[in-house]
Amino acid sequence: MNIFPNPNFDFMNKRIAFYFVSAIIIFVGLVAIIASGGLKYNVDFEGGLSLELAPITVAGNSLTVTQIRETLNKNGFSDAEIQELPNSHSFLIKAKSEGGIGDNIIRTLKEEYPDHTATDTFIRAQDEVGPRAGADLRAKAVNAVLISLLFILIYIWVRFRFTWGFIAAFGLFHDVMITLVVLHFMKMEIGMTILAALLTVVGYSINNTIVIFDRIRENMKLYRKEDDNQLVNRSINDTLNRTVMMTLTTLLVNLSLLTFGGPVIFDFAFTFMVGVIAGTYSSIWVVTGIVLDTIMALKKKKAIAVKSKK
Amino acid sequence: MRRSTIRTISIVLFVIITLFYLSPLFLAKEYDEYGDISGIKKPIKFWTSKMLKLGLDLRGGMEINLYVDLSELPRNDHDSAVKAAVEVIQNRIDQFGVAEPMIQRVGDNKIVVQLPGLRDFQRAKDLIGKTALLEFKLVATPEQTSTVINQVDSWLAQNYQKFPYLNVLDYTSGQPENAFEDSLGIDQTAWYNDILSYLTNAQSGRMSVSYEYKQDLRRLLNDPLFEGAVPPGYQLLLEKENSMAPREDVPVYLLIANAELTGTYLTNAETRFGGKGDFGGQNKSYVNLRFNREGSRIFERITGQNIRRNLAIVLDDVVYMAPTIQDRIRGGEAQITGNFTLQECNDLVIVLKAGNLPAPVSIGEERIVGPSLGSDSINNGMKAGIIGLVLVMICLVLYYKLAGMIANLALCMNTAFVLAALTFFEATLTLPGIAGLILTLGFAVDANVLIFERIKEEMKSKTIKNAIETGYARALVTIVDSNLTSLIVAIVLYQFGSGSVRGFAVTLFIGLVASFFTAIVVTKAIFDKMVAGKNIEKLSI
Repeated sequence: MNIFPNPNFDFMNKRIAFYFVSAIIIFVGLVAIIASGGLKYNVDFEGGLSLELAPITVAGNSLTVTQIRETLNKNGFSDAEIQELPNSHSFLIKAKSEGGIGDNIIRTLKEEYPDHTATDTFIRAQDEVGPRAGADLRAKAVNAVLISLLFILIYIWVRFRFTWGFIAAFGLFHDVMITLVVLHFMKMEIGMTILAALLTVVGYSINNTIVIFDRIRENMKLYRKEDDNQLVNRSINDTLNRTVMMTLTTLLVNLSLLTFGGPVIFDFAFTFMVGVIAGTYSSIWVVTGIVLDTIMALKKKKAIAVKSKK
Repeated sequence: MRRSTIRTISIVLFVIITLFYLSPLFLAKEYDEYGDISGIKKPIKFWTSKMLKLGLDLRGGMEINLYVDLSELPRNDHDSAVKAAVEVIQNRIDQFGVAEPMIQRVGDNKIVVQLPGLRDFQRAKDLIGKTALLEFKLVATPEQTSTVINQVDSWLAQNYQKFPYLNVLDYTSGQPENAFEDSLGIDQTAWYNDILSYLTNAQSGRMSVSYEYKQDLRRLLNDPLFEGAVPPGYQLLLEKENSMAPREDVPVYLLIANAELTGTYLTNAETRFGGKGDFGGQNKSYVNLRFNREGSRIFERITGQNIRRNLAIVLDDVVYMAPTIQDRIRGGEAQITGNFTLQECNDLVIVLKAGNLPAPVSIGEERIVGPSLGSDSINNGMKAGIIGLVLVMICLVLYYKLAGMIANLALCMNTAFVLAALTFFEATLTLPGIAGLILTLGFAVDANVLIFERIKEEMKSKTIKNAIETGYARALVTIVDSNLTSLIVAIVLYQFGSGSVRGFAVTLFIGLVASFFTAIVVTKAIFDKMVAGKNIEKLSI
């Protein structure tokens, strides 16, 4: 069984159009991000408090968001944002961190509802990051992404060519940018989990690119006479069944994570899904396309050089 | 040795290692009072004491990152200031009694504290965030000690029912055991008359607690119900445990509760080496203290009034040392001498400095995962992972038939091996770690898909046997390239990431290595077995 028994699509034909599509998405996204005051970070990178509390039942009824908000307002936490999480009736309280605000909020709730908050088990999660620690983590995250891109560039340079390494790294950058743009439009806040997902996207997407690069290198030896455009198309077609099968199984796992994984895994899975789609697309149309352009440009240059020698 | 023999041995080893480290997870778990897995049951302990550990985000617990503010200090003092802070925190957490606490210095000025399985978040935070208190307290005289012990004993005789956790009471279940009674010659009818004396081995005003009763005594001393048992003005404290000899008896002191002097009067403490003859020769190290002016005056008075008595150095209610006062000390400079190694002196200096922490410590980051969220995460993560895995397996069998089943076997081995390897390295499985595991399964699938697609391609022009050989050989290049780049990402993540991201990196790394092995070695061995010596014309792929 084969999805495409003998694929022979002309992928490279429309590549210039796809360059524009990518450029427009990234450009519009960047403008939107800048216009709205930069990327939205969660407590990990921004600092602040994120406090998740299990439902508090008083006299048989769960406290509503409004009741908790009143209680907190009364006690001087009017800046805190409170929302009810879907499905679980848990509450999420967010606030700017001012030295132990989380502890103060918990203390207040314990005083207001002493019978129902006797043990700390009503705290489901409390993340509080000081502004300095947040900036520290953010710097580390940017470093992690940039350094992995650099190492990948070097590896591909050694195994293939310098220009290819550069193009591959650019492709990964493209995937990360597109994913960030989508996350921004989805109003998702970027934190550690999403960073992990972004780096996974990098690892996954480079896989796709390398499979195609490998095939181009192999076909260059096998079909020396073939026209560059045709050769690159052949390489993509040769690996097409693998690409489709791989993307399919990955998205399948992802679907399961999105559906059953719960809120923490959801962020990871969503980011990864966007990244996988962007990465599969870019490894064919953007990265391989630019590689074809450089191969052709290089040949032209050589031809001109040969001509001028004559 | 033939290549196939090596291959068989390596596969067998792979399976054995996997089963060895994974089996405790299924066979013999012990649960703590909250129903959490707390360890391994005895029958299996002889083969491995390790079991897969769950990260804070899965089992619940608390992580605090503390920053030591060094901005006010000269460069030379940075290191000792951070060390002092670590000592203070370590000390307090030891008192708290969490199962596997981790206190780690990261970089220049960051201290990471992890308390897995903790439930009492607020108390822990209060304890860690408290300012360190170094005090100098007089040790009660042997006569005072004997009197107080008698008083506490008779108090306990009235109130022992309030402390059901005390082992002495437990195993006697209301009736003393004969051995216990005999060794101390205690009257059968009044066995509960000497509980403290028994716990602390009290003899002529000296006390120490054995390993067996240490936890009980600590719990008793910290128990709010025990308040008032010790007569006012006195305080019962344990000495710092010797971490090199945890089973040794620990001295117990009765101190005069009122501190004679606190760390704030101390201006400096440092290790010095012998030179003055009376300190036992050239190579002996000792600790030199210097007090400020007011401290000097107080110190002179105490030492003058209490020659031959012992003065305990107490940090956060733990006695570090109780040297004897030899003479009245004038001038605000004192030496603590004895048979100390250099290491011991340096440790004492850290303690002395900790009492007057020159660098403020602040909580930079705190993360709490309550047990309910932790178990939700495990359940969701497992469910999502298993459903995803089953879907992929169905997909592979539908598409690649028999070959798909072989790939599925490799996938299962891969998953099991990653968990076993995490156990072996004593790494923890975090939520991002589960994500990493799922991702490596993706890579394992990819390796198999690459190989199978290649074999299919080669089958168009070659015999089955040849197609398998070339298929594997050609795909190998691609798999190596793609796995290596991913390994690079994993290493970078490990280096630059923190906490949970590291968990992700470790899982990714192990998973990549395992998927390389299962895809290249294991599935190949099965294919080879299938086609060996036969002239197969059709391959179910």
